Amino acid sequence: MTLRTTIATLVLALAVCLGIPLAEAEYADVVINKQAEKNGMRPVVFPHWFHRIRFRCKVCHAELDFKMRAGANDVTMAAIIDGKFCGACHNNDIAWSVEKCDLCHSGKPGLPSGIYGGHETSGPGRW
Amino acid sequence: MLLAAGAAFAGSWLPIAKDGVHDPKSPAAKQLQQPQEALSRLTPDTTGNQVRWVQALERGEISPREKLNPKTEIRKLDQDILLNLKGGMPIVRFPHKAHTEWLDCSNCHDRLFKQQTGATKISMFEILQGEQCGVCHGAVAFPLTECYRCHSVTRPGKPATMPTHMDPRFHSPGRLGP
Repeated sequence: MTLRTTIATLVLALAVCLGIPLAEAEYADVVINKQAEKNGMRPVVFPHWFHRIRFRCKVCHAELDFKMRAGANDVTMAAIIDGKFCGACHNNDIAWSVEKCDLCHSGKPGLPSGIYGGHETSGPGRW
Repeated sequence: MLLAAGAAFAGSWLPIAKDGVHDPKSPAAKQLQQPQEALSRLTPDTTGNQVRWVQALERGEISPREKLNPKTEIRKLDQDILLNLKGGMPIVRFPHKAHTEWLDCSNCHDRLFKQQTGATKISMFEILQGEQCGVCHGAVAFPLTECYRCHSVTRPGKPATMPTHMDPRFHSPGRLGP
């Protein structure tokens, strides 16, 4: 272990002991980055909490056919503009349209796709 | 002491610009709704989004749409299933009602679970790896640290279900939160 990693570990341990909140995604935030960065855009952050206030799970996961596994859906801009996936609502009718690229493509560069953490549990990786 | 406990459960949602997944330099960081604004108004929980989503829906705090296509059939079922009848933990009560308020039958049947009770072997090993109940619980629904929200039915002849160090206000099913 190098000095740098030792210090980083100690700082982390101290932060955890003192209850200092570390940056954590909201529970069930999904980062979608199969296509985005390859095509010069920020990754997409999909917040489940925001959407489930407005829609029940079944709307996206039954009517719109989003599979319930992060990474299992091939969500392309072509499909969205065609009214599929996000495009069923993000069409300037129910929600903002695809022209507002930055509102969805708002993730930190370099983040891998997947479902992210949250309060107390840090998400699926830590029960 | 009470005040401190109250403050501890007042909820703590990070601003979008500091949550570690959003780019603080993105224009969205200033425009998107903040979790604090939306979630602090809902029935509180100690874990997950710090919201009791099932209760928030039941109590009318939120009214999420059920369908986009007017022709979509909305299917709901009010039926409890008891599971894990022989294990060591308390019996699991699975409420179809709470689940079908959010989900369609096809989300679970028959890919994750066969429709006939007992036909699918359910295991915590699978669930902890994100299969079966773990597709949602631990990712988007309340997490797997909340054993007693599912294992909620005391076995005949056994003492009360919850270990004494656990506060039933936080760890029981169907509570209105802390």
